[in-house]
Amino acid sequence: MASSINTVSKPVAGTQPEFCFPPYVSSVSRSPREPLVVLPQTLTERTGPVFGHSILQPGDNDLTMQHRGEALGERIYVHGRIVDEDGRPVRGALVEVWQANACGRYRHKVDQHDAPLDPNFTGAGRVITDDEGRYFFKTIKPGPYPWGNHYNAWRPAHIHFSLFGAGILSRLVTQMYFPGDPLQPLDPIFNSVPDEAARQRMISHLDMNMAKPDYALAYEWDIVLRGHQDTPFEEARR
Amino acid sequence: MSETTKLNDSAKWIPTSSQTVGPYFRIGLQSLAHRMSELEAGPDAIEIRGKVFDSEGEPVPDAMVEFWGAAPTGAYSGVQPGANGFPAGFYRAPTGKDGEFSFSIGKPGPAPAGDGRIQAPHFLVLFFARGLLRNMLTRVYFEGEPANDLDPVLAVVPAERRHTLIARADKGTKIYNWNIVLQGKDETVFFDW
Repeated sequence: MASSINTVSKPVAGTQPEFCFPPYVSSVSRSPREPLVVLPQTLTERTGPVFGHSILQPGDNDLTMQHRGEALGERIYVHGRIVDEDGRPVRGALVEVWQANACGRYRHKVDQHDAPLDPNFTGAGRVITDDEGRYFFKTIKPGPYPWGNHYNAWRPAHIHFSLFGAGILSRLVTQMYFPGDPLQPLDPIFNSVPDEAARQRMISHLDMNMAKPDYALAYEWDIVLRGHQDTPFEEARR
Repeated sequence: MSETTKLNDSAKWIPTSSQTVGPYFRIGLQSLAHRMSELEAGPDAIEIRGKVFDSEGEPVPDAMVEFWGAAPTGAYSGVQPGANGFPAGFYRAPTGKDGEFSFSIGKPGPAPAGDGRIQAPHFLVLFFARGLLRNMLTRVYFEGEPANDLDPVLAVVPAERRHTLIARADKGTKIYNWNIVLQGKDETVFFDW
């Protein structure tokens, strides 16, 4: 697959967080204070890197079976479609995910939460979307966990997603949440998105059609990447 | 089609909101860091070295910097994966414990802007870190390139801030130094898009 020429338009007001959002304390010292400069979209912005299937290893999209034993926790499938702002599938898009284990602990030296690590769970996966823009993972449902943002702060359960779309300006890093989690309204990261409907779109939904009886539940989450995919790059060059 | 219909149609596909990479992104993103297309190790390779600083001048050890640009030929070769699956002109560099990053890559050639103008050699730079709810965007150019004076993107940056986008060469080497300052004195120019 080759990249398409991709053109982005300004985000709809309230659907993306501001860089500085004081309830998320660490945003204050790391966000710019000088005015941002509006970026002209040259070919550098309208193209982007495309990754081949040879970067994937067998089992990269099954986070439950990357070790000798099966990961502990509530087994789930996570799947969905990735489209652009015109609803066209984003084909060949690299999707990388990472998450805490079922107890809410990350396999990372910085995470000092006193919850058990699971020797059979790393919490990392990657996949490339198919011709309909679909992705699919098998994993375990991550647990909520405490963090130091404010007194008694807890993150709602979430899976981190990193995506490469048709052009570099469609690049997105975000988090997928789970339906019915009472921690969401208390979470400054979730609440950093001003628009209520946009916040709700970060929540996956239970998908009983994809659930496998006596084995695993399924959650569906569609992702819209910024940009309008134009003619394929090779044609645009002629 | 009426204007109203168009708006309603586009409203169905509002881009998903961004959220921070958080402190644990290495779990998912490290395995493709420091990897590159087999095309990069040529005679045009340069080394880019830098550090990231926050508002207090403290190094930022939990950031990730991604670079995207044209190949030395000026073509955007990375729009297709190389033989090893990696696109040319792309590099992912998580920062080290002192906020540092360094890597070697082919120096981009002058590349078409797409409107008939030519751009000076540069990378578009995506910046991710705990504390940033969205990635930030900047560009890095190279000291001593005559084409910098004619570059269509540098031209829209206020003249007194352009120096924050230009990597300084170590004389007699292929090493370029470029720091990223997130906030405060000599704050790096970041773009809106």
